[in-house]
Amino acid sequence: MDFESKSMRRNRATRSATNYFVSGLCILATILVILPLLAILFYLIYKGASSLNLAFFTHVPAPVGETGGGMANSIVGSGIILFLASLMGIPIGIAAGVYLAEFGRGKTLANAVRFTADVLNGVPSIVMGISIYSLIVVQQKHFSALAGGVALAVMMVPTITRTTEEMLATVPHAIREAALGLGVPKWRTAISVSLRTASPGIITGCMLAFARVAGETAPLLFTAFGNQFWSFNLSQPIAALPLQIYVYAISPYDEWHRLAWAGSLVLIVLIMVSVTLVRIFANRGALKGGS
Amino acid sequence: MGVGILVEDLNAWYGTTHTLQDINLHIPANHATALIGPSGCGKSTFVRCLNRMHETNPIARATGVVKMGEIDIYNDASPVEIRRRVGMVFQRPNPFPTMSIYDNVVSGLKLNGFRNRRILDETVERSLKQAALWEEVKDDLKKKSGASLSGGQQQRMCIARALAVDPEVLLMDEPASALDPVSTSKIEDLIFQLKSQYTIVIVTHNMQQAARVAENTGFFLNGKMVEFDSTHKIFTNPRDKRTEDYITGRFG
Repeated sequence: MDFESKSMRRNRATRSATNYFVSGLCILATILVILPLLAILFYLIYKGASSLNLAFFTHVPAPVGETGGGMANSIVGSGIILFLASLMGIPIGIAAGVYLAEFGRGKTLANAVRFTADVLNGVPSIVMGISIYSLIVVQQKHFSALAGGVALAVMMVPTITRTTEEMLATVPHAIREAALGLGVPKWRTAISVSLRTASPGIITGCMLAFARVAGETAPLLFTAFGNQFWSFNLSQPIAALPLQIYVYAISPYDEWHRLAWAGSLVLIVLIMVSVTLVRIFANRGALKGGS
Repeated sequence: MGVGILVEDLNAWYGTTHTLQDINLHIPANHATALIGPSGCGKSTFVRCLNRMHETNPIARATGVVKMGEIDIYNDASPVEIRRRVGMVFQRPNPFPTMSIYDNVVSGLKLNGFRNRRILDETVERSLKQAALWEEVKDDLKKKSGASLSGGQQQRMCIARALAVDPEVLLMDEPASALDPVSTSKIEDLIFQLKSQYTIVIVTHNMQQAARVAENTGFFLNGKMVEFDSTHKIFTNPRDKRTEDYITGRFG
């Protein structure tokens, strides 16, 4: 028995073809997204891996004319600046996001904060560098690791604030009501219930902001400034991987070019490793089942 | 033990909509009281006024007197204190998704800073037993998320969560409307057992449910309470024509 008319059969064939076509487009788009990342990674390995050795991770840069040397101080310097930036940027960003989502609905101040965050997000990083230069470096009369940290923190805040707000908006209202209905004060509900429920998304937002500023060079040019030697003093100029890569890449020496490639490889691997570690750490202790 | 609730001239608004108009009512202690009526008639708003959840909506407002035992809840206490004494179970189960079953049940205590392990353990067992869920979950208390349970189990967990803070009144806003018949009958059995210890107010669309669990029933229509009487009277011999029309299914 044939229950399908001719036109139904034709319709089905068209639907099926459309389905394959659209699925194919999605797969193609996915490949196009992954391809540049893989291409960059492999090119960096190809160009940079040969210059990686123990000295790269243990020595400071060699003076002009001498061979060898490494970027140990830049790696540590980047770590210090990013730690400072995260220490300032993440709490402020999350707190502002909690205010926007939980307490500021419809308030003028909240709208102003939201607008400011969006504008701040669009400020070019070199402008951020100059601003922090005139606000901190000029006042203190010297470049410093702290100024670099502040510049990157200011760049992190808007991304984290907006992600936090959006992630909190996805927390169902029923869950807040459950807590309020148990006699939990509103501030406690915001922190222990809403924020905790939204935490996976917020952590992703923080990681995105971190990864973005980790590779920034422009905001550090006039703030952290760079340093050819070891420095652990927060009020002194400090080396940073992106700065060192920049200095080596525009130099006329082949040896330095190779080191710049190696530095780029190390930078991208360190960002990937730190993001992955945070993810693993954040997922630990998650419960079975549920959403 | 439960306390009685006395409501005098209660009015409530959402923005400019007058959702509750001049409600006067006495809810007796340690009994189950059912509130019936068509959707949008103000039943939910009414129970939300009894634990001051109504005012969590920025555009909502209420006037009148609600006395819980000796306490005037709008003048003598903060909303937070009132909500600790008046538990609430919502229409859809709303477990905290990031918390284990154990933490869900004692969330009302833990989120208010209570940390004594022995008492928390005892409270979890007592509340889950009261909610007839203990046997089903006792081996997974800390391993499983509260959100991993079935809908009916989640709702009983939410009841246990409300009971864990030792309230005097339990408000239930259509607690079984999102559940299957088996889970519904479990919830009804629970209400039957719990009403000896707590004052229970249950909003329901299911008139058989009202008849099964409640001693008294109130009928709401368009923001007014049309009739309040013993459940038997309401369902067999209502005074008001509108009540009769509603319970016989002529409208709503």
